[in-house]
Amino acid sequence: MKVKVLSRNPDDYVRETKLDIQRVPRNYDPSLHPFEVSREYTRALNATKLERVFAKPFLASLDGHRDGVNCMAKHTKSLSTLLSGSCDGEVKMWNLTKHDCVRTLQAHEGFVRGIVVRYCGTSFFTVGDDKTIKQWKMEAPGYGEAEEPLNTILGKTVFTGLDHHQKEAVFATCGQQVDIWDEQRSSPIRSFTWGVDSFSSVRFNPVETELLASCASDRSIVLYDMRESAPLKKVIMTMRSNTLCWNPMEAYHFTCANEDYNLYTYDMRNLDRPFMVHMDHVSAVLDVDYSPTGKEFVSASFDKTIRIFQKDGGHSREVYHTKRMQHVICVKWSADNKYILSGSDEMNIRLWKANAAEKLGVLAPREKQAINYNQKLKEKFQHHPQIRRITHHRHLPKNIYHQTKELRIMKEARKRKERNVRKHSRPGTVPVVSEKEKHVVTVVK
Amino acid sequence: SMAASKSDPFPGPAPIPKERVQKFKRKDKAKKPRHQHFKLRDMMKRSDEASEMSQKQAARFDLLLPEDAGFLEGDEDEDTCTISQEDIAEAVDITSGAKYFNLKLSQFGPYRVDYSKTGRHLLLGGRRGHVACIDWQSKHLMCEINVMESVNDVKWLHSEAMYAVAQKKWLYIYDSNGIELHCIRKFNDVLRMQFLPYHFLLATASATSFLQYLDVSVGKEVAAFCTKTGRLDVMCQNPHNAIIHLGHPNGTVTLWSPNQKEALVKMLCHQGGVRSVTVDKTGMYMVTSGLDKKLKVYDIRAFKPLKSYFLPAGASCLSLSQRGLLSAATGDVVQVYRDVWSAPVTKPYMAHRVRGSVWGLHFCPFEDVLGVGHGDGFTSMLVPGAGEPNFDGLDANPYRSAKQRQEWEVKALLEKIQPELISLDPTELGYVDRATFEQRHRDRVQALGYDPLAKEKFVPKYKKKGRSSAGAVERRKKQVAHEDQRDEIRKTVEDKMKMEKEIKERAQKKAALSNQKSALDRFKK
Repeated sequence: MKVKVLSRNPDDYVRETKLDIQRVPRNYDPSLHPFEVSREYTRALNATKLERVFAKPFLASLDGHRDGVNCMAKHTKSLSTLLSGSCDGEVKMWNLTKHDCVRTLQAHEGFVRGIVVRYCGTSFFTVGDDKTIKQWKMEAPGYGEAEEPLNTILGKTVFTGLDHHQKEAVFATCGQQVDIWDEQRSSPIRSFTWGVDSFSSVRFNPVETELLASCASDRSIVLYDMRESAPLKKVIMTMRSNTLCWNPMEAYHFTCANEDYNLYTYDMRNLDRPFMVHMDHVSAVLDVDYSPTGKEFVSASFDKTIRIFQKDGGHSREVYHTKRMQHVICVKWSADNKYILSGSDEMNIRLWKANAAEKLGVLAPREKQAINYNQKLKEKFQHHPQIRRITHHRHLPKNIYHQTKELRIMKEARKRKERNVRKHSRPGTVPVVSEKEKHVVTVVK
Repeated sequence: SMAASKSDPFPGPAPIPKERVQKFKRKDKAKKPRHQHFKLRDMMKRSDEASEMSQKQAARFDLLLPEDAGFLEGDEDEDTCTISQEDIAEAVDITSGAKYFNLKLSQFGPYRVDYSKTGRHLLLGGRRGHVACIDWQSKHLMCEINVMESVNDVKWLHSEAMYAVAQKKWLYIYDSNGIELHCIRKFNDVLRMQFLPYHFLLATASATSFLQYLDVSVGKEVAAFCTKTGRLDVMCQNPHNAIIHLGHPNGTVTLWSPNQKEALVKMLCHQGGVRSVTVDKTGMYMVTSGLDKKLKVYDIRAFKPLKSYFLPAGASCLSLSQRGLLSAATGDVVQVYRDVWSAPVTKPYMAHRVRGSVWGLHFCPFEDVLGVGHGDGFTSMLVPGAGEPNFDGLDANPYRSAKQRQEWEVKALLEKIQPELISLDPTELGYVDRATFEQRHRDRVQALGYDPLAKEKFVPKYKKKGRSSAGAVERRKKQVAHEDQRDEIRKTVEDKMKMEKEIKERAQKKAALSNQKSALDRFKK
């Protein structure tokens, strides 16, 4: 007879010394691992709950300004430097790793309306209510020297916004018209007007570097090409936009922060309807900034909260608020995709984590693996009702919670009225206007 | 030219044998969504590809499994069932030979047997109160106590740290050192127990026809059902979906889950009472034996009978091994059969006579060993080819250290499946709940006032270079218009035909009823 009985040599299954790692033989046969779906679901549920447990996004508050923070600028070459301008004309430079102010200078009399760092990182520009554009050196002045700007340009009207070209020595300001300036000249090389008397912000496209966009006070957004002599086209909406930001990854998408509590993402090539409407704020949206990956953006609103949206998501994925943070005027997403900086009315700049439950610092490879696995589990089971309920739950301050409910009731009422009107009129007389088309009045070429 | 002449004789990735790919196959590719949902279609395509890739990788990994299964082949004229255990023990190596042993324990009555999930530890419970737990490979006695009461059943809990003993009145839980940890009075007259490892549930069947579930991690009774079917002393679990099978004296086998007060399924299996039930590890086949001396094999997924064998003396205990070997005990003879569901079986694979009438049978996981508890004690017999040769170190590892056991225990507790998820189909969570979707769609149509999924009217794309002249646009519109029209026409025609039919029928009926002659008939044409 031929016989073999299963006999294992323990030397193959037990480690030799205490200094070795344990031996773990694997067999992926599905019959040895029953209840795959249920166990994965339980793991996903645990991962979701733990994410909420570890969601502590607030990191630090930068204190020092003596009036509300009006604008901020990221340093193009250094991740740990931030520049901020306040409503009393002060500009402060902060070291984000030490959470303290490195340098202070009195830039303007009146508000600092715009601040931007030059692409090379050696100097920065500021514009203010005193109708001047000033260029400053990035290094602090030596001992005994006074703070002097490298260059001062006097304008005829107040400037309200500023942005610098990504590659050339050119910058743009907006006020009563949009001006393109060469750094060497003291008068603009080109001025764009379109019958509007004031523009609130101007931005260069980071990918197609010759394109600009600006928000005008006649509720429109105007697109320009620096090389042309006239603006390209403009889209007029139902309410005014405060600021806009271009998507750093998609050359033709930009998002504008509007007064009617929404943000609109447009495709530059087709302005007659926004590509996406982002709704969640309960008061005017004041500032928007994209993450360097181009997949998400953060918006700051008058309702004392910051919201993070996905680029194609109609509703926010995250909301940050604190009792001490009042109206948030400006917001920036750091260039390493990890932090969000918000400057608000009560003279503080706050540093937040972009992913609230993320563990900062160097992670061991097993930690990284576990985090990736949990992330994938949450993504796989995101539609199950229990998991969706936990993922979407956020605590909101009472007034915002009640305001959201109130706005929803108002919206429901309007929809119901429209539906009834449509039901009781001849079919075809009341057309169905989609939510996206509702907010655009016209596109002018 | 050297590089050009050398070509790979086996281009592409190595082929994987078909049965291996089939073993790791999960469900079929999902249905393609409507052509409008681009993002959804992309996501589904990507996830299908990733799933296929991982299934293929798992199939390829099979090559690296270290051990092979055991086997027993007789010579040309020799029948494997005539080979005795002593012969096998002499023919194999010394460690395997030591796995055949007898424990002579004639004082304390017939013994119930249980092996722990890793197969390392053995629990013996004698009818007259003797309970012992042993590491049977090293013959190290962990604990030995006499509970001074009759013992109906013994069961290991999730690890070798605790076990449950169903004593005469109540359910007791002991530590592996023999210390009594709990006496659970809510569970009375328990006859049989089954432990569901991934749910941490101990299911107990009592003499008063109650089926109760105890969550051993929290210590709460999860569910208790009065089955109203009499004394429950035949019980087994389906390891694939954690459903409990109970056998009854009227020949039925009922399937229970903790979520429903009545049985999920009632199957009439035998013409007499059911003596024993067992289900294989894949949850595909159920083997039952009854008082009508028959041994029946059912496909439990489709609830169809597959095979029926006649045993001259019936089988009082049944057990299925990890590799599909069936052991059936009659009196004091234990017989092992191979391939009960695929090929018709004429004779047993192996047979052995023990020294007392058999009271409990259990195959040892991951070993080629069958443990038999009988009136004279315990026998461990060698059954080559019974155990799964390759275990998974992260699930049940017989060679785990204390640290590994602690880590495994914590992870298992975190992954403990809630009893609400126990159902006949364990993959239910993976399916889209279509009924609810339809209900929600109806609600949405009602809320919005129009159907967002309804097809929009076809507007032809404006083409350049003169391809959008009026005639061309009309032609393009006509192509699509015909499809819509055809559906509409078909529908209206159908409706019309139906209506006409109805009218005709009604007219005929009326004519049949009113056959009377009227004075005006002469004017009718």
